[in-house]
Order: sequence, then structure tokens, then C-alpha cells
Amino acid sequence: MVHTFGLLNRLFALDTESGSFFEIDPIVKAIIDGDDMSPFSSCEIAEAKTEIERLKSDGVLFAPQVKAELPPFNPVIKAMCLNVSHNCNLACEYCFADGGTYNDERKTMSYDTAKAAIDMLVEMSGTRRNLEVDFFGGEPMLGFEVVKKTVLYARSIEKERGKNFRFTITTNAYRLNDEDIDFFNEQMYNVVISIDGRKEVHNRVRKTVGGKDSFDDVIKNALRFKERRKGQYYVRGTFTRYNLDFCSDVLFLNDLGFDQLSIEPVVLKPESPMSIREQDLPRIIAEYDKLAEEYIARRKTDKWFNFFHFMIDIDNAPCAVKRLKGCGAGGEYVAVAPDGTVYPCHQFDGIKSVALGNVFDGINNDELRKKFYYCSVPTKTDCSECWAKYYCSGGCMANSFKFNGDINMPYKPACELMKKRVECALAIKAIEEGEQD
Amino acid sequence: MAHIKVIRKSTMDNGCDTACGECQTSCQSACKTSCTVGNQSCERKTVKVLNANKNQSK
Repeated sequence: MVHTFGLLNRLFALDTESGSFFEIDPIVKAIIDGDDMSPFSSCEIAEAKTEIERLKSDGVLFAPQVKAELPPFNPVIKAMCLNVSHNCNLACEYCFADGGTYNDERKTMSYDTAKAAIDMLVEMSGTRRNLEVDFFGGEPMLGFEVVKKTVLYARSIEKERGKNFRFTITTNAYRLNDEDIDFFNEQMYNVVISIDGRKEVHNRVRKTVGGKDSFDDVIKNALRFKERRKGQYYVRGTFTRYNLDFCSDVLFLNDLGFDQLSIEPVVLKPESPMSIREQDLPRIIAEYDKLAEEYIARRKTDKWFNFFHFMIDIDNAPCAVKRLKGCGAGGEYVAVAPDGTVYPCHQFDGIKSVALGNVFDGINNDELRKKFYYCSVPTKTDCSECWAKYYCSGGCMANSFKFNGDINMPYKPACELMKKRVECALAIKAIEEGEQD
Repeated sequence: MAHIKVIRKSTMDNGCDTACGECQTSCQSACKTSCTVGNQSCERKTVKVLNANKNQSK
């Protein structure tokens, strides 16, 4: 399967199965797509066909399907989202935690539960050395004493158990002081700060529980964090139907001095006034085009920045099995609710029908885990025929479940946006490399 | 080639030394609501590159 596309005034071709990537001219595009060849001379067409045939015989164009399959189910866990506090000091309108209730009452995790979760992770990690723990919420800073104690406990056992913990914390930064930031610098491999962009955009949907604007406090703390941060971080926002011009929000955050940025489309049911609808897709796709152009321009200046969805590591890319499998939710990745219940991922928190067990008695629902484990590109509806399947792995299982009631049935609007972002990432890579030559 | 410029050939790694599971879980980075493996890196290859760079700078 070969996918051709035009972006940033250039033409490209991606060979899905081999992962080979080319810049092409209009003649090659017309041949691959089976378009009208009348604008081209027979000599040009013959020359282009010879080049295509050469790449075909090298096995890098129209390559056969990748022969990869998932290893048999293995109960190993290597990544965990610890939902230390369902409670939150903000009440974001689009929150999938349903205002901190997570389909249940607001709860905060005890240290005993967090410690049991770490013990379970180490115990079930088999030979895996790198273990990831993300402190999440609600707002995890509302349970920060538990976070600190849990991190120190994990550090105290990692050497003797032959493990390397990588901690991440995702916070709204509404309450963040220098002491917290120092702890992040000492212990957190990655810190994700949630800001939606421009003041009016952020304040419209990210108000405090008491209904006040949060932007001023959040930005003050986030800038202080950026100034002191040693290590990886992202400023991550959500865009909704209210700000389909989200390119302006990314650039606004970059203008403030943040250089590691991510902004994600909101995931909400169609009845919400903030939800992304089919008819919004052309506008969003045009916005990604605009962002890609500005991205390339800014990266040549002192406003260089990374945009999470435009990053692509084609030289050190993940292996075929990882590309088939994706996030590993319910398999090697699980989430733990404040009461210790284990769910396939943070987005399933509170959905009792997919509970896998708990940190005290262990994970005891391997039949359900297998359904998640084997949920992959080959089992998902329509993914086999999609050119982007090895870049998104068939999309988010939680989104599929919430929209279609089936983890194997992808949420289509997300597919279209993912495809656009992959095209942007590939085109940017090609253009930036070309400029270095 | 006059009509096709190769950016990369064969980036799909399917050898016997794969599927070690040491790489980052995709949702643990910054997305939390989508699934993007395309922008991730292979842990083993990245370590090899880092080591090679270290040796070069010695």
C-alpha cells in the first residue's frame, strides 16, 4: 500500500508496509494514484515508471505486508497510571473525569494503596527493567504527600529489584511552588502541565471549582516551572469546538517561552457544544497545515519548539510489534484508582465492567486482559486497509469503547486527525532534513 | 533518480531482536487521549545511538 499526499507545496509517498518514505514529483504521484497521465510526455512517464519499478524490486515500494504478530499473552505489567486524587481544584468543562467524580465519588489515594500498587508493578514486571509510573488525577498535587512518599519508596527498592523507575506527573499547575518544582527536578522524568493556550480560551473552560478564572495563577506557576525545570516536560492543552483556531494557542504558548508543546482534540459525545464534529474536520485539518508552516519557520529562529504530534523518529522508530499494539492498555499498561481498583487505563477509571482487579488481591481478570492485549491493528475494524495503521496502532481503545462500545471499533474523527498529523510530521522531517543538506 | 527522492528506506523493524517492551508506553508521554506510537523511539536503538555519541566524544 502506498499513500501519496501533498503538503507545504511538496509531494510525498509513504510505503505503508516497509515504512519507506519518498518525495515525488507530479508524474510519479499520477502513476501511483492511477490519475490522468495526459499532461505528461511519454518520455517522462517511462522514466518515472523505471524509477518506480526499481524501488519495487528493492522491496521498498508496494512492499508486501509486514509479517509480525503479537507474542502470546504475557501478564507482565510495566507501566502504571496512579490516579492519586480524583479530586481537583479546577472544574474543566470537558474533563473526562466528569468533574472529578470519575463516575463515582471524589476520592484520594492512601499511601498504603500507592505502595501496594508499586509492589504489584514490580512483582508483575518480569524481566522488564524500565518501569513507568504516571501520577494523575483529578489533580495529583492534591495528594502530593502521597506522591512524594510513593516515589521515595519506589526508589528505595529499585536497585535491589533491578528496576529503573521513570516517573511522570500531570498537573494543572494551579498550585505549584518552588519546593514542588525541586522535587520534580529530582525525581520526575517527565512533567506535563495542562494549559489550553490564550487567556480567554483557557479561562472559558478551565475554571476553578468556585468558578473563578485560573489562567493568571497557572501561567505564573508554569513560567516559574519552566525557568527552573531540569529535564523533560510538556505543556499540554486541549482544543474544543470553541477554539478550532488552536494554532494560535500553540503559538501563544511558544511566545510565552514554552518550547515543548502538545495540544489535543477534545473527546466528547456529539451532544456537547465543545465536541469535535465531522463538519469541523476540514477546519482543523487546515489549522494543522497552518501550524506546520509556522512550525518550520519558527524552528529556524530563537522560537524553536517541539510539537508533540509533529515529532517523528524515523531512524529509531518503534518495532513492528509495538506499532501493531499501541499503548498496551489493559496489557502491559494499567491504571489504579484511588481505592486500589485496577483498570485498563486512566480513561476507563470508574467503569466497573472493565475492572481488572485491585492492588491488594491482585489482577484476577485475565480473560478481559487478553481482550485488551490482543486488541491491535489486525483485530480493529478498517485498520488493515489504512495507510497510517503503523503510526497510530488503530487509535485509542478508550475512545473506541466510549463512542462505539467496542475497543476494536475506532473513533473515526480521531482517525482523520491522526492521519493529518502523521502527514505533517513526515513532511516536516523531509523538509528540515533537506534544508540541512 | 530524477522523479523520486528517497527520504528513508525500510523503517519497519521486524527482526528477531524486537518486541523487548522496554520502550515508553505511548500514553505516558503527553497525549493521554490518543494513541501515537509514530513519534516514539525504540529504547534499544536510542541507547545504541547515545553510546555511539558518547564514544565519539571521548
